[in-house]
Amino acid sequence: MFSEYSKIIKDGLWRNNQAFVALLGLCPLLAVSNTVVNSLGLGLATTATLVCSSTIVSLIRTIVPSEVRLPVFVLVIACVVTMIELAMNAWFYGLYKILGIFIPLIVTNCTIIGRAEAFASKQSTDKAFLDGLFMGLGFTFALVLLGSMREIIGSGTLLAKAELMFGPAAQSWQINVIDDYSGMLLAILPPGAFIGLGFLIALKNVLDSKVKQRKPAIEQIPVQVVPEQ
Amino acid sequence: MKFSTVLSPHLQPVNSVDRVMLKVLLALIPGIAAMAWFFGIGIWINIAIATVTAALAEAFILKLRGRPVIATLKDLSAMVTAVLLAISLPVIAPWWITVVGSLFAIVIAKHLYGGLGYNPFNPAMAGYVLLLVSFPLPMTAWPPPVEIATVHLSMADVARLIFLEQRPDAISFDALTRATPLDSLKTQLGLNQTVSAIRDGEVFGLFSGKGWEWVALAYLVGGLWLLWQKVIAWQIPAGLLLGLGLLASLGFSIDSEHYASPLFHLSAGATLLGAFFIATDPVTAAATACGRIIYGLLIGALIYLIRIWGGYPDAVAFSVLLANLCAPALDYVTRPRVFGHRA
Repeated sequence: MFSEYSKIIKDGLWRNNQAFVALLGLCPLLAVSNTVVNSLGLGLATTATLVCSSTIVSLIRTIVPSEVRLPVFVLVIACVVTMIELAMNAWFYGLYKILGIFIPLIVTNCTIIGRAEAFASKQSTDKAFLDGLFMGLGFTFALVLLGSMREIIGSGTLLAKAELMFGPAAQSWQINVIDDYSGMLLAILPPGAFIGLGFLIALKNVLDSKVKQRKPAIEQIPVQVVPEQ
Repeated sequence: MKFSTVLSPHLQPVNSVDRVMLKVLLALIPGIAAMAWFFGIGIWINIAIATVTAALAEAFILKLRGRPVIATLKDLSAMVTAVLLAISLPVIAPWWITVVGSLFAIVIAKHLYGGLGYNPFNPAMAGYVLLLVSFPLPMTAWPPPVEIATVHLSMADVARLIFLEQRPDAISFDALTRATPLDSLKTQLGLNQTVSAIRDGEVFGLFSGKGWEWVALAYLVGGLWLLWQKVIAWQIPAGLLLGLGLLASLGFSIDSEHYASPLFHLSAGATLLGAFFIATDPVTAAATACGRIIYGLLIGALIYLIRIWGGYPDAVAFSVLLANLCAPALDYVTRPRVFGHRA
């Protein structure tokens, strides 16, 4: 039982990371990942959507006829996103204005309908909840990684405008990684996102192959059966 | 008695990669010399920085990829990329501009796609566009040609500008740089000036800009030598110049007060450098005869359209990259008929 949960967690964060492995939801990933705060904001909004939608889809999975399941899933997701959009409008107005159209567009994020169809509609509610949470956190992890890379290269700072998310106390959180940096526009513009994501995927593949080399699989040791004389 | 035996092939190949690259470098010399005459010694410093960076980056990445290092460096392709990039940059660009551009050209535009022969985009132009998009300010700071320069920079001044980014105290930034002919044409047209009034400005010369026209002519000489040596295909420069010339004539004949003359467009900016040295890169250009003509026409037309309606004054780099993208499709569409087969 426990191993099943840990597999869901590992899949979500690393092995089947929706951004690095499945390459789903790239539109918001590439569009808003120009600073850490934007990335974190959209990542957490997506995570909240995933958790709610996966849980609800799993709860109603037995009563939804399979012929109409996709429209039902889409309606569920749209409801959840609308609620999150209203909540962000109320409590994170600055961030809401910056992320703009990409909050309602979470509805079209393939990750969410993908997890609903491939996982939540076939699994028990606790697993669907866990899957939604960790798939979302994996997506947030990818977004924040890409966002910090682009923010450092693009404008030489980290955590700029953190007050949009963490309140006025966070105004002093901005770290100037490189002093007197005139900025590199390409990293902030969309091509920088594509190039950055390519490098991150390459890095993940290198790490995976390194790990594989270091850990020779036990089951590959040949076993010889010696026939009795 | 012993006879020396020579194995086949007995005919030496006329063009190998390193010989082609060497000829391209030789053909660039008149243009570079003209640029050094009109714009100062900085061009040689840029070329040196770019070449060293490109060679080191190429060696490093070849090592990383487990490919032969020395043999590949000897084919001079990295050096051609570096020189083409360096002569496109403003001659007083800070050193890190040249370094970043060369690194991007070699590492990302060339080797991440598989190295020489596999890169879909012209590496030098990819590096140039990266710099132009990322660092617009230093990338547009061109000094005036020597004929109209109000200040004279010594070699030490230029070196300090490039390596330390320090201006000599007595010289203001405005005296150091001047709008290029294409740049001032674009800005002044935006201010509702007529072409004939703009052409009276001090940066304009006989055909296009003072200094610039002679540099362009020197590139034309080098390019014609390359054609004579059969290093480049005639269809590409012909198509490019025709495409640009036709559209420019059309605009000029409709409204000569708002569209510059075809001669201006053909001799301004990087047109001739692009036509003979950049668009003709055998890896990224179309390969069939008919495809090359279309490819050239496409670049020429794009240069004109972007110069007139785009956001940047010159457009050779963007046009070449866009046409690079079309080259595989052009080759597919214009495949020559195999003898005995129906078209």
